[in-house]
Amino acid sequence: MDQSFVTGVIETPRGDVPQVSSSLVWSDRWGTIKARSGINRTHYAVDPGLYALRSPDAESPVLVTANYKLSLDSLRSALPGRDAWILVLDTKGINVWCAAGKGTFGTAELASRIQSSGVGQIVSHRRIILPQLAAPGVAAHVIKKLSGFTVHYGPIRASDLSEYLDRGLEATPAMRLKTFSFAERAVLIPIELVQALRSALIVALAVLLLSGLGGPGAYTDNMATYGIFFTVALLSGVFAGAVLTPLLLPYIPGRAFALKGLILGLIAAALLLFFRNPDMTRWADRLEALAWLSLVPAVAAYLAMNFTGASTYTSLSGVKKEMRWALPLEITAGAAGCLLWLGSRFIV
Amino acid sequence: MTQLRYLRGVTTLALDEEKCIGCGLCITVCPHAVFSMNGGKRIQIDDRDACMECGACALNCPAEALTVDAGVGCAAAVINSILGRSDGACCCSIEPDDASSGKKRPTCC
Repeated sequence: MDQSFVTGVIETPRGDVPQVSSSLVWSDRWGTIKARSGINRTHYAVDPGLYALRSPDAESPVLVTANYKLSLDSLRSALPGRDAWILVLDTKGINVWCAAGKGTFGTAELASRIQSSGVGQIVSHRRIILPQLAAPGVAAHVIKKLSGFTVHYGPIRASDLSEYLDRGLEATPAMRLKTFSFAERAVLIPIELVQALRSALIVALAVLLLSGLGGPGAYTDNMATYGIFFTVALLSGVFAGAVLTPLLLPYIPGRAFALKGLILGLIAAALLLFFRNPDMTRWADRLEALAWLSLVPAVAAYLAMNFTGASTYTSLSGVKKEMRWALPLEITAGAAGCLLWLGSRFIV
Repeated sequence: MTQLRYLRGVTTLALDEEKCIGCGLCITVCPHAVFSMNGGKRIQIDDRDACMECGACALNCPAEALTVDAGVGCAAAVINSILGRSDGACCCSIEPDDASSGKKRPTCC
């Protein structure tokens, strides 16, 4: 793997340990932007094992993280001017919380990594500090039994770590709460949007080619009148579900994500119709209006529902309950919307 | 600050008060402040509907007093498991095998 962020090595009783700095350089930041946009995101990993942040000694704290590069970067950049050992677990390049949920940031991996890294011969104490969000994967009392190390669950956010260390490994209640602030939601939008646009692009291309065949005018005229508007409608559904729903999440009525998306999708469809200004005495226009009222909310609801996976507070039981009504509705409304549009173009 | 809330009355979280030894580790690991100490001897569930079933409390309970059907609340993962793609445990993680067979779907988290 690309280990160019390693700045040197320091000698320990267990041999040379790669050394890292707490300041990020442009290649780290560029990597973050790419990963957040979904470019090569699943291969943005670092080698597991022990690292030295600056120049730690036998008394320095041992911090544990995942081998997703963003996890390591957020940890080290949160500790400017501090010396620490960083034990990186092999989580297959997945972040701490997801890997803990999956079990790869788990009791067995942590115990064996403590063993293989020889950190027990490098430090004189027996304390390791884990991010609180590693707890779904790690049983602290089992680690104690297996390795002799006492697990201390640190704060959720790396940015609170300095204060946690200064307070003698005590976290405030606020440090233990997983929030989902505007900024935390906004940063997740690009990845959702890029994925949705990939599918939307294929559909839009197919519809553009098809739209030229239906309607009164020449091929390119039809395409410009009907095909382009279909693309606009599709994109507004994507925008409502994958951008506006995450951004406005706490302010949209309802608790189910699909319901929130549905509401914004209906508003988007109403706005589209306002600008489209259909002639409601004509059947083709009536069908087309109905098509937008089905298709746009269906797309928005589906994408909003998928945002449950990125959110920080949805339970599996809740998601399953929501999907029982939402998925059939989205499929039905989506299919009905497409059929209505085809009908408006080719039948009436 | 007030937390965002998901659906009411769905969590599978359960506490066996007889087994609780009052160590409080569940209070430490819970990311949504579901628990509090009940007079210093045992814990109590304060905010059941805030539970997201991450499973941290149950896994870290040395007395096995807490149980929950732990999972990741991710619609894409549920769809994947319905379609038989990947293992459906969490959409955000993909196995190296899957990456080569083109089954990757890193949507969430």
